[in-house]
Amino acid sequence: MAEEAENIKTEQAEEKELKKLVQFLSFTLGDEEYGVDILRVQEIRSWEPVSRIPNVPNYEKGVVNLRGAIVPIIDLRERFGLGHLAYSPLTVVVVLQMQTEEGAVRTMGVVVDSVSDVINVDKKTIQDAPNFGTKVSTEFINGLASVEERMVMLLDVEKLLQLDALDDDNEK
Amino acid sequence: MSIDMAQFHQVFFEESFEGLDIMETGLLNLDMGDVDDEDINTIFRAAHSIKGGSGTFGFTAVSDFTHVMETLLDEMRDGRRQVTQVAVDVLLGSVDCLKEMLTAIQDEQEIDVESVNKYQQALEVELNGTDASSTENTVEPSDEQTSQQVNAKGWMVAFSPHADMLKTGNDPVRMLRELSSLGELTTTVDFQGVPDFYELDPEECHLSWSLELVGDIVISDVNEIFDWVEDECDLAIQPLGSPTEEQAPPSSPVAEATIEKAAEVANPSVENKKTTKVKAETSKKPAAKGSSSIRVDTSKIDTLINMVGELVITQSMLSLVGEHFEMNKLDQLKSGLSQLERHTRELQESVMNIRMLPISFVFSRFPRLVHDLSSKLDKKIELVLVGEHTEVDKTVVELLSDPLVHLVRNSLDHGVEMPADRVAAGKPETGTITLEAYHRGGNIVIEVKDDGKGLNKEMLRAKAIEKGLIGEETILTDKQTYELIFMAGFSTAAELSDISGRGVGMDVVRRNIQSLGGNIEIISELGVGTTIAIHLPLTLAIMDGQSIAVGDERFIVPLGAIIESINIKESMVNRVAGRGETFRLRDEYLPIIRMHEIFGVKTVQATKLTEGLVVVVDGQGMRCGLFVDDLLGQQQVVIKSLEANYRKVEGVSGATILGDGSVALILDIPGLVRLSNQ
Repeated sequence: MAEEAENIKTEQAEEKELKKLVQFLSFTLGDEEYGVDILRVQEIRSWEPVSRIPNVPNYEKGVVNLRGAIVPIIDLRERFGLGHLAYSPLTVVVVLQMQTEEGAVRTMGVVVDSVSDVINVDKKTIQDAPNFGTKVSTEFINGLASVEERMVMLLDVEKLLQLDALDDDNEK
Repeated sequence: MSIDMAQFHQVFFEESFEGLDIMETGLLNLDMGDVDDEDINTIFRAAHSIKGGSGTFGFTAVSDFTHVMETLLDEMRDGRRQVTQVAVDVLLGSVDCLKEMLTAIQDEQEIDVESVNKYQQALEVELNGTDASSTENTVEPSDEQTSQQVNAKGWMVAFSPHADMLKTGNDPVRMLRELSSLGELTTTVDFQGVPDFYELDPEECHLSWSLELVGDIVISDVNEIFDWVEDECDLAIQPLGSPTEEQAPPSSPVAEATIEKAAEVANPSVENKKTTKVKAETSKKPAAKGSSSIRVDTSKIDTLINMVGELVITQSMLSLVGEHFEMNKLDQLKSGLSQLERHTRELQESVMNIRMLPISFVFSRFPRLVHDLSSKLDKKIELVLVGEHTEVDKTVVELLSDPLVHLVRNSLDHGVEMPADRVAAGKPETGTITLEAYHRGGNIVIEVKDDGKGLNKEMLRAKAIEKGLIGEETILTDKQTYELIFMAGFSTAAELSDISGRGVGMDVVRRNIQSLGGNIEIISELGVGTTIAIHLPLTLAIMDGQSIAVGDERFIVPLGAIIESINIKESMVNRVAGRGETFRLRDEYLPIIRMHEIFGVKTVQATKLTEGLVVVVDGQGMRCGLFVDDLLGQQQVVIKSLEANYRKVEGVSGATILGDGSVALILDIPGLVRLSNQ
């Protein structure tokens, strides 16, 4: 009995240890490295031409057909004001998904320069996003993590995919 | 090994609601003078299965209530009670009450006890109170008395369930509990048959009981409790103190036990069952609400399976051809491909067919509505349903229901006159409201027709002027005059009633219909009647579209919105205030919307109006010309939502996927007009 109890204890401890680690998919935009929660990533695709949507901000590139679903594509470089980079067949689209409040799943593709790695980050080492004032928009950044001396900015997928709120403001 | 009962709840609710519908239709069809036994039987059976089901799932409030209804129906069935209008009305009310109760349980809310009691009382009054007056009418009053015979002392019940009774979902504990609610119950359990613990199968019942029920109890009540298990147990019911008492089972080692104790032996997992059930219910809650199901005719599924079979055969044939392909097999390949195309199209059609429901799903609620309202308004109205089997897409069916209710109510309240007025006008006393559905082209047309007093054009006009909706000099065509009733805040009813006349509604009706992509029109003749026709697309998922080119982008214009496409000459174009452009089409000046400007297309070829084409479109009564580069072709397009992953875009109603896999946006003409006005 006692042995069993101990086993359970160690199992629990291991689980706790695992819970502390979060996996992120990291990608680059110019010289900067970003990460998104890997559980939010549905797939990684190469860039293909989109159908443009009229009268929307520049960074909303358009929509594509993803196995029968109409999925919007956002250029993250332009979204973050990092300038435009010409698309090539090597340009990568990371397809992200999130659950809306109504329980539906929303899917969206983001254009990034290249995907680098899957990184394990200890939850405790995640640092809050610093406040740069109004100069740099940090609203999408959840926190900073350091991986092998490099700084990775962890993005908040929910905020990233919330186009509605932003555009409603624009319209009014 | 406990069974999670919650998983069956949804099925139970569906079946119960279906049963209630059957009861309602049955009750409405009952002909007072000459009652068909089979009709009453149908109603009775529906009530009986609701009672049985609710009892099994522990919804005692429902089963108790249904029990009273059932008793009443039973007496009608046996001819011991005359079917009266009053009784039918009470039963109809009870059906509503049951519906509310079940809905409340489904939504996991409290049942409104007060209204339930009210109906239950009405039922009981009908059952007992009117006995005196109805005894003269009862066919065999003596029969009632014999069957209702009361045994003053009570009953002796020998009850030994077969081993597999528990497997059929019957729980002796529940029956014992019910028995104890009838009177004072003494139970003696015989657990001699219970095997050793290691051989014990908890799903088998090895117990038998001898029960003594003391009190003023009718034998039928006792029998009823055992109704469901008659075939699964040995049962002997004797009046207390009768000579056959010795027959009552084993006098060998008998142990006194309380009901609860017996329950534990018979069904060790009873407690667990309860707790898991509660858990399951709470966790199930959100899922149950979100999902909607659809009942499909088996023949439709069979067609689908056949179709898939054909498709598989074609596929294997094609792969055979492709394996060792030589040029002489080209014909084979071609014929295979055309077969494939045919099968795909048929498959698509039959899949779409699954979503199609007969319009009777909507129509079926109207007999009740007309029955209730006409008695409330003291009008005599006959409802005629035509074309109930016309099929429409499920979404359309669901969204159609409310507007139709509104229209029928209007016809009842404003259209059809009081019987006296009708006779005075030389019409039959009973008014007729006809609900008709039929297909025309790619549309379904639903007509609400009455032979009432019709719309009074003068009155409509006067009212509109009074409300300031139109000016005094405005000249309106007949059609425009009738359309006044769709304007917000317009009501011609002399006085407000709780049925209609508040002037909110018709505008909502029209908006609802239009949001479904349909339109609504009125034909009326004073003194003869009014017909309101609703035109709706058959399905919301597929539509005919015309693809157009603007620069290197493709858009789809709904084919229904296109009036014509023309090449215009410079001489036809006029400028308004230097900005807006109009062109003259026959006797009309129509605004031109330059698609490349409004959508910001950069790769445009034609910038001069004479270089491209103007597509004349109609969007909810607003006509305009869309200036595009070229027309590409007509095709059926599957409508996909943009909002699912994205958001609403002004001027665009949705998107579709073209043959090459790329996405094309479907234009929303009224939205485009709004956009161009900004």
